[in-house]
Amino acid sequence: MADAAHLEVTGLTKRFGGLVAVKNMTFSVGAGKILGLIGPNGSGKSTVMKLIMGIERPDAGSVRINGTEVAGWPSHKVARMGAGIVFQHSRPLHRQTVLENIKLALLPDKLTRLLADPETDTKARAIAARVGLSAVLDRRPATLPFADLRKIEIAKAIARDPQVLLIDEPFAGLTSKETAAFSDLICELRDDGRAVLLVDHNVKSVARLVDRVLAMYVGERIAEGTADEVMRDETVRRVYLGGSIETAARPESTFRDSTTPFLEVKNVSVNYGKAQALDDVSIHVHAGEFVSVVGLNGAGKTTLFNTISGFLPYAGDIRREGASLRGLTAATIARKGIVQCPEGRELFIDMTVRENLDLGGQHLPPAECAEQIAWLFDLFPILRDRQKQAAGTLSGGEQQMLTIARALMMKPKLLILDEPTLGLAPVILEQLSKALERLRQTTAITVLLGEQNVTFALPHADRVYVLEHARVVWEGEPARFAADVGTGYL
Amino acid sequence: MRGLSTTRMLLIGLIAVALASFLPLGVSGYILGLLTIAYYFGVFAMAWDLLFGFAGEVNFGPTFLIGTGAYTAGILDNLYQPPISLCVIAGALAAVAGGVVLALPALRVRGPYFGLTTLVAVLMLQNFVVVDASLTGGEIGLTVPDVITISDTKNYEIALWFMAASGAILFALSRSPVGLILQASGQDAVQAGALGFNVTKHKLTAFIISAFFSGLAGALLVFYLGSASVGTFIDITVGVQIIIAVVIGGRRTILGAVLGAIFIIAMSEALRPVGDLANFIVFAMALVVVLFFPNGFFGFLTRSKETS
Repeated sequence: MADAAHLEVTGLTKRFGGLVAVKNMTFSVGAGKILGLIGPNGSGKSTVMKLIMGIERPDAGSVRINGTEVAGWPSHKVARMGAGIVFQHSRPLHRQTVLENIKLALLPDKLTRLLADPETDTKARAIAARVGLSAVLDRRPATLPFADLRKIEIAKAIARDPQVLLIDEPFAGLTSKETAAFSDLICELRDDGRAVLLVDHNVKSVARLVDRVLAMYVGERIAEGTADEVMRDETVRRVYLGGSIETAARPESTFRDSTTPFLEVKNVSVNYGKAQALDDVSIHVHAGEFVSVVGLNGAGKTTLFNTISGFLPYAGDIRREGASLRGLTAATIARKGIVQCPEGRELFIDMTVRENLDLGGQHLPPAECAEQIAWLFDLFPILRDRQKQAAGTLSGGEQQMLTIARALMMKPKLLILDEPTLGLAPVILEQLSKALERLRQTTAITVLLGEQNVTFALPHADRVYVLEHARVVWEGEPARFAADVGTGYL
Repeated sequence: MRGLSTTRMLLIGLIAVALASFLPLGVSGYILGLLTIAYYFGVFAMAWDLLFGFAGEVNFGPTFLIGTGAYTAGILDNLYQPPISLCVIAGALAAVAGGVVLALPALRVRGPYFGLTTLVAVLMLQNFVVVDASLTGGEIGLTVPDVITISDTKNYEIALWFMAASGAILFALSRSPVGLILQASGQDAVQAGALGFNVTKHKLTAFIISAFFSGLAGALLVFYLGSASVGTFIDITVGVQIIIAVVIGGRRTILGAVLGAIFIIAMSEALRPVGDLANFIVFAMALVVVLFFPNGFFGFLTRSKETS
């Protein structure tokens, strides 16, 4: 091709065991262009980035950087061909200063270079000035605010003057002012004639920057076009918002404990070092109620659940049936009936399905344990067939069902589900959805569900909270969700 | 900026070495002998710190490298009596060769498996020495016909300057661009790769350098002691003591390792009257340091300055 794009991806495919994480992806990014690669959690967009950068090896397909085929190369060679990546999580060298961290990225990959090139210092300072780090050159990363740490990552990535720049979730954890400054920086880099790939969850967050957007869902491309076109796309809307959602909310006043709810989170704040993960969050859940907490990645859902489960120190108060949970260990909280299904599933993958369930039922008398297992097999029939299989060999959806089943073995009063749909195909989603519905219909269980998949979060919910940038920004009936806040979730 | 700048650190080291070089004027041959061993031990510890503190690889088999160097030099001297310098160089090179053979496959595995591989290598070497007794002296030990010198002072000076030179080289390396890349590779191999650094190449080099100094020190120590035995050069306990020396001294500091080594040797000697309890006490102290002062002496010193 005469007018070769800087980055050209053709037929890229990656499987992890039986799971196809990326399926036949094809796209290209030209010089001075920005492509947004978006998709909900688990859609495979991060994998695409890793495949381009050589961190994972593709099973099939081609990746060309400036016309050179680099698919399957180790990442240091891909980097030398002119690709750079800005990781979402910054891990600078903490014993070195900001300047030294930037210098690191400028060093040649040579063993003989015992003294740094004097030019390195000038170059490093110039890069620092460009990204806005001049004032903190001699500070150590640990003493800097979060936004500056992101700048260090950008500085390192552009140190080698890459023609192709991959940026993972550019604005995660930044305030709106910082986001604006970061956007300007990205535009400047584009204007240098680089090809930029922005990977994010939503069109909205990158819409202002991108020339084109490619939307992915469970490993496949579902739409491509300008930001507006993609936001109007029917498939995209269905994936993010669901079609017309049937809701079955029960009014809050029908719950018997309407004065003292089963769980009450009052003005809770949590900090991770410099980043505020929860800011004055208050929610409550009545006994028997199904409450969904909707929020994008990084909004604070997992932090909220981990705080309730007693894993994190917090300011504020968390009460269960009126009694404060402060001071109780995570184990005590779980044993008393607040059980969490973590996002990462955390099954014992080498044990069989049955063994995983038995472990969950450890504290039950054998007869009751058997009864509970029989009930769970009715709830999730697929698990009955898979009893003797190792948990690690199950598909993602089956693993999720097992995780929920194992939590139910503990006969929880309140079941917390953290993003159960992570990385699941639509068919599986439906099965899981039906199981949850049956759970809601047949038991008096209380459920607190965290989701960014609105389609999944709304149908069962009695009430919905929306969490955004560590704060609760909306509370209401699921039926009002789409009209009130829906567009933010495209 | 940095708590102690590179030049200031080297200066302090130099002053310490200069002071130590006057010790023979005032202390007994017995103490000099102890310090001689402690200095060689210090080189073992610094070489290990380069791998663990910077490349981030936990090598449980420092004694595989040391033993290979020591026994190669000793056996060579026993069989052919070439000049001692030749034996020592051969020992160092053998340690490098052994290190490469071990590291190439071991660096392909991650985390605990790398450590396990190095641990098994020690056991294999130990077994080889015991089984092939006609060549190695077996469990009784290997006596070498030559020593470098019988003068306590001379031996002390050789050990001191050898340690000083090794320390200067390893320290300068750790603070050079190569050391920076090595730290980055140890901390986050994925990111280092994405910045264009061949992580395996850098880690292998660190392993070779570590092996070279370990083997060299091992070979020199043989010609100081006049003998080599499994108990002094290869046994897992020796390896653990080296690791403890680094941890007590402060990992990722290179120079702290020497302090730790001197401390360990001095403690073992001071506690000799209590017999077998000595090791127990040293290990218990190490446990306390690991649990409560994970940055060691040196880390403690520099850390308190860093934050100020």
